[in-house]
Amino acid sequence: MTDGLAITDGPAIEVRGLMKSFGDVRALDGVDLTAGQGQVLGLLGPNGAGKTTLVRVLATLLRADAGNARVLGLDVQREAAALRELIGLAGQYAAVDENLTGLENLTMVGRLYGANRSSAKARGLDLLERFDLVEAAGRPTKTYSGGMRRRLDLAAALVAKPPVLFLDEPTTGLDPRSRLSLWAVIEGLVAEGTTVLLTTQYLDEADRLADTIAVIDHGRLIAEGTSDQLKDRLGGERLEVSLDQDADPEVAVRALAPMSDELPTAEVRLVRVGVRERDGAIVEAVRRLSEADVGVDDLALRRPTLDDVFLALTGHAAEEVAETQAPEQSA
Amino acid sequence: MRRLVSDTLIIAERNVIRLPRAPELLIGFTVQPIMFVLLFRYVLGGAIRTPGYSYVDFLLPGIIVQNTAFGGFATALGLNEDMRKGLIDRFRSLPMSRAAVLAGRTLSDVVTNALSLTILLITGVIIGFTFHTSFAHAVEGIGLLLLFGYAFSWVLAFVGLIVSSPETVNSVGFIVVFPLTFISSAFVPVASMPAGLRQFAEVNPFTVVVDAMRHLWLGAPAHNSVWGAVAWSLAIVAVFAPLAVMRYRRAAGG
Repeated sequence: MTDGLAITDGPAIEVRGLMKSFGDVRALDGVDLTAGQGQVLGLLGPNGAGKTTLVRVLATLLRADAGNARVLGLDVQREAAALRELIGLAGQYAAVDENLTGLENLTMVGRLYGANRSSAKARGLDLLERFDLVEAAGRPTKTYSGGMRRRLDLAAALVAKPPVLFLDEPTTGLDPRSRLSLWAVIEGLVAEGTTVLLTTQYLDEADRLADTIAVIDHGRLIAEGTSDQLKDRLGGERLEVSLDQDADPEVAVRALAPMSDELPTAEVRLVRVGVRERDGAIVEAVRRLSEADVGVDDLALRRPTLDDVFLALTGHAAEEVAETQAPEQSA
Repeated sequence: MRRLVSDTLIIAERNVIRLPRAPELLIGFTVQPIMFVLLFRYVLGGAIRTPGYSYVDFLLPGIIVQNTAFGGFATALGLNEDMRKGLIDRFRSLPMSRAAVLAGRTLSDVVTNALSLTILLITGVIIGFTFHTSFAHAVEGIGLLLLFGYAFSWVLAFVGLIVSSPETVNSVGFIVVFPLTFISSAFVPVASMPAGLRQFAEVNPFTVVVDAMRHLWLGAPAHNSVWGAVAWSLAIVAVFAPLAVMRYRRAAGG
């Protein structure tokens, strides 16, 4: 147990050319990734993109076919035993024993990390307190709600205070309130210096939690950067103008065209255009529209969302695909 | 090595704590064997000739050996459930001994086996079973049963790790365990079986173990079957423990 102390100056997670196939399916097709210490790396992609496979390789559960991966400078295959002291894993399904109580689960995990019974129990009680599970501490976890189980699962991953944490879709299937409370917990861990690799299909989750986002699809990294950088790739701010009842969209499009490198689009009375400059864009738009005598009902600048990014990168929306595809192979 | 022992005990403790909280499994280890004893004793027993012994004396060592083999199902079903629920992933991500989850699982089967053994012995005594040998031999018999049950748990540990669902665990288990235990000396004298079946029954490890039990409890001629039973138990562990651990290391890893 290292209490979050850095054991290397290098990146927390370093992945080079990682390949993994299951039969004919290429789950990982040459992935490169880097996450600095204390950072949150969000791994974004639809189901079946290879996110879970990547996490399993990094958490020493699965051997890659080719390429290499280091976590805190340790090779995930050759130095797996040493690495396991330094990582915590919380998976898609809450991996707790449902016939044990919350406290028994955490005590067991603590003892398996090598702690004695009393200190494992003390640590378990600490974590139950922190995760708001004290009242349920003595109940078998099969009586817990989905959100409570996820919190317990996350608590189990934190028993040894690991400096690197892998969270595989930590909030999938949770109700909005449970998601918010889990997000707050994760933000707390990051504030204490924990490096987090987080996979998610939810763009808002990546947007809120991740310092860097890696978008993967079909086992390949297709984009990487901060949320802002990814959004900027789509060409900056979008101006949306709702026209008056009797305004002519054609006239509006012609009036706004000089503000952009692209042709504005008109949909009934909604005109959209990507603008070159954010500053003064609204004033200029109002001036141009009033000179052209086009009545405006409402107008706003908005940044592209990660949804726009995902759509542009993969050709399909993230959550729509996630819902229609078969669940990712748990392997 | 110290890590293996302490981790094994932690896992075994976990499995024992769970027992009373999953009563459906417990019923399997208590009510079901009693039912089998009563059915054989009163439904089939009247038609089966067992020279030298009453059928209840003949039957009990046999049915207890069969029941011991079924004790390993707790391991197969438990490991299978742990795998599907992601607990095996959690254990494999921990800096714990790679063999401890399986060793702890099979060790806790010794506890469930001791429990159902006790229940079967009490049932047997109520319906007329008596030991024909010394107290020491009777205790040796119990020791042998627990050893063989432990060994067979490793077979089922391997089964639990290679199949995908608890339903498959059950059907694979029954397809293997039922013929193995029935084509043996457990329920009828081997001499009554047709050729082919009889040769199989004679070399079947279950026959060796049942004969050893009849020697220790009833004083039947042993023909080295006690040492044979110990040797079989050790051989089963020697083969299936490494197989199961190998499988565990890459469990659910595709």
